[in-house]
Order: sequence, then structure tokens, then C-alpha cells
Amino acid sequence: MKLPAIVHKYSSPKNFYTMSGKMVPWFAWGFGLTLVFGLYYGFFIAPTDYQQGESYRIMFVHVPAAWMSMFIYMVMAVSGAVGLIWRIKTADLMASASAPIGAAFTFIALVTGSLWGKPMWGTYWVWDARLTSELILLFLYLGFIALQASIEDPRNAARAGAILAIVGVVNIPIIHYSVEWWSTLHQGATVSKMDKPSIHIDMLIPLLVMAVSFKLYYATSVLMRARGEILLREQNSRWVKEIVENEGKALVGGAK
Amino acid sequence: MIPSTSSAFIALIKRDLMLSYRHRNELLNPLLFFVIVVTLFPLGTSPEKQLLQTMAPGVIWVAALLAAMLSLDSLFKSDYEDGTLEQMMLSHHSNAVLVLAKIISHWLVTGVPIILMAPLLGLFMFMPIEGIKTLMLTLLLGTPILSLVGAIGMGLTLGLNRGGMLLSLLVLPLYIPVLIFSANAVDASLAGMDIKGQLYFLGALLVLSITLAPIATATALKISVE
Repeated sequence: MKLPAIVHKYSSPKNFYTMSGKMVPWFAWGFGLTLVFGLYYGFFIAPTDYQQGESYRIMFVHVPAAWMSMFIYMVMAVSGAVGLIWRIKTADLMASASAPIGAAFTFIALVTGSLWGKPMWGTYWVWDARLTSELILLFLYLGFIALQASIEDPRNAARAGAILAIVGVVNIPIIHYSVEWWSTLHQGATVSKMDKPSIHIDMLIPLLVMAVSFKLYYATSVLMRARGEILLREQNSRWVKEIVENEGKALVGGAK
Repeated sequence: MIPSTSSAFIALIKRDLMLSYRHRNELLNPLLFFVIVVTLFPLGTSPEKQLLQTMAPGVIWVAALLAAMLSLDSLFKSDYEDGTLEQMMLSHHSNAVLVLAKIISHWLVTGVPIILMAPLLGLFMFMPIEGIKTLMLTLLLGTPILSLVGAIGMGLTLGLNRGGMLLSLLVLPLYIPVLIFSANAVDASLAGMDIKGQLYFLGALLVLSITLAPIATATALKISVE
């Protein structure tokens, strides 16, 4: 299957660099505003939970972080596949720039989950299905990062990483359901009190706002990482030299 | 005349089996590792029968997992080093089919000995006969999956200097479903429960990995060979 020429045109490193440069401030501002709004709503307006008291409020960080951890892996695998099939450099960049962010969100989800577990379960760690699959997801991220770090040639690193991410995506549902099945066999219904059949609207709004906020943070941060990487990789091309010269001049001019 | 893919497939299996027969002492290492790891557990915990029996399915399966992973090293390495692998990748036969042939012969010389060694370890861990039967059955279904999935990781790390540790980081998380279903099947059979469900899952995983893993491995090898 051939991609239309316009995709190639807009995904060229130079175009990607200029376009993403315009997008980053919007994402960053959006992130800041939604973060303040979501946290304020979640911490001060949302009602206290009748069962879990105030401690449930960590959910407004925990749940969006857990969503992001899976979302970013999907993005990584899809952009990896796009890079592998159509040889689009920027797609490769997006995949490798996403990995550390995804790993960080997974880590946040694990830490907040275990902090939440202390008042709820009495211990920081239980072999709960969702915590365990998050842990395995973290291993998958770390494997991806380690693989890319150990291959020197950036193109080969991108292709190898893409294959690993695709294999991971096929495996994630299998791992997830096998862990779920394993955990239902080994423990009782201690976890099910986390499963709320319905959620109060004042809890749902901050949750969704925080989810949007984290997505915007991801967009900001992944684009900034990819932009840095583009400059590094294309450092010998003319347009990068021009940018460096112009910005250097602007800096010197500003100093005067 | 160009030989057909099926004859190339069979010839490759024969060649690999012959090669491993010539280097048969190398095959012992993963097997010894398997036995030693299981032996460490009674020494590290206690020789108490009750405790070892509860741990047995998990311990034997984890040891099998690690042994299978360590044996992957011999899957492509020598062919990669002497350039044979590159010639295979250049041949007009489907790379995935050739890769599958290599995985099958590799499983025959590394997976099958693990299955045959398992009863002894079952006895070490005081496992009743019924449990040993299930253990061998799960190993029969599970070890090919380990070889197939491991081959992908091996293909990705083939050209790297310190591929060994990296391989474990890539492959072990992907082995988790096999571990869960197999160890649980042995557990369930010890409790006298039906294990059809677990075996069906393992069978499904096997079919899935036979269809997809050779393709992924062939793609990974192409990158490593270039």
C-alpha cells in the first residue's frame, strides 16, 4: 500500500520540526490549564467517597497515568509499525521518544497504586491483577529502551524496537488476561471494592480532565523530545545549520 | 534446478540436527542448569515435603523457562558468525519457513531433553505421578512456545555485544502467560481438578506463536544480518 505523497511531505524532518514547533506551546498551555483545573476539581470539589474517605483522591493521578501507560505503548507500536513499513523517519522518532515517557507513566501508576493500596489493603503491594500487569508493562518498556540503547545505528535501532513493540502489543492482551485469570484463582474479592459500578459525576469530571491533561503533557513532551532528536540527527543538513545560526544570532542580538 | 521450499525445510532440519549431534556436549549445559536450579530450592528453603510439593510446579516451570532461555544462545549464533545465516536470508525461500525449520530442530535438541528430564525433578520435589504426567504434558505444549517466542528476542539481539542480559529482559516478560497456565495446570491436576482449560490455552498460544513468531523472527534477523 502506498501512502499519499502529502503524508511524506508533512512527515519530512524539516516540516515536522517547524509544524511541531508551532504546536508545542498550545499543548503545553493546554496541559497547564487542565492540570490546575483537574487537580483543583479533584481535590476540593469532588465529594468524599463514602467507603474510601479522602484517600481515593489519588485516583485522579493514578487512573489517568495507568491509561496513559497503555495508550503510549499503543502509540509506540503503531508509529513503530508505520516507520517499519513506510520507512518514515519521524514515525521512528516518535516511537523512541515515547518510550521513556510511557515508562515514566507506568512507574507513576505503580507508585500511586501502591500508595493507594496502603490505606485500602493494608500493604503497599498486593499481587493484584492490574498492579501485576502494570509491572510487566514496565518491564516491556524497559526492554524496549534497553534494546534501542544497545543498538548503535539509529535506523536499525528503530526497526528492531518497532518489531519488539509490535510483538509486545500482540502479547499485552494475552499477558493481561492470563494475569487476571491467575489472580482471580489465587485471591478472593478483596480487589473488587475498587470496581465501582457507577461513578459520581463530580468524580468523573476531574478524572476525565486529568486524562486530557496527561495526554496533552505527553503530546508536549514527546514532540519536544522528537524535535531535539531531529536536530541531532539532521545536524549536517542545511536547514538545521540555518536554524542554529539564526537562533544564535537572535541570542547574541538579545544579549546586546 | 531450484529445490522446493519444503525440501529446503527438511534439509535444514536435518543439517541442524546433524550439527547439534556433532556438538552434543554443548546441549548438556542448559539441561544441567535446569537440574541445578531446581536442586537449589530445597537447599535454599527446607527439605520439608509439604513445602516442596506446593512449590514444585512453579519452581520446575521457572527453571524450565530459564533453561529454555539460556539455550536460545545456540539457535542462530554459530550460523550468524560464519555467515551461513546471511546466505539463508538471501535465498529465494521464504525466510519465515527457514526460521521455523531452525526453531523446530532447536526445540528437538533442547526442548525435548527438558521434557524428559522433568520426571526426575518432579521426584526431587515429591510430586505424585499424576502431577508429573501433567507437568510433562504442559512442557510438551509449552517449550515450543518458549523456543518460538525466544527466537524473536534472539533475532533482535543477535549482533549485539552484550546480548545475553538484554535477551532475558526482552523475552522473560513474554514468557509469563506460558508460566501461568502451565504451572497452574500442574497445580490443578495435583488438586484433582480438570485441566482442559489450561491445556486449551496453551494449545492456542502454541498455534498463535507458530504462525506469527517465525515472521517476526525473520524480520528481526534481516535487521541483525544487514
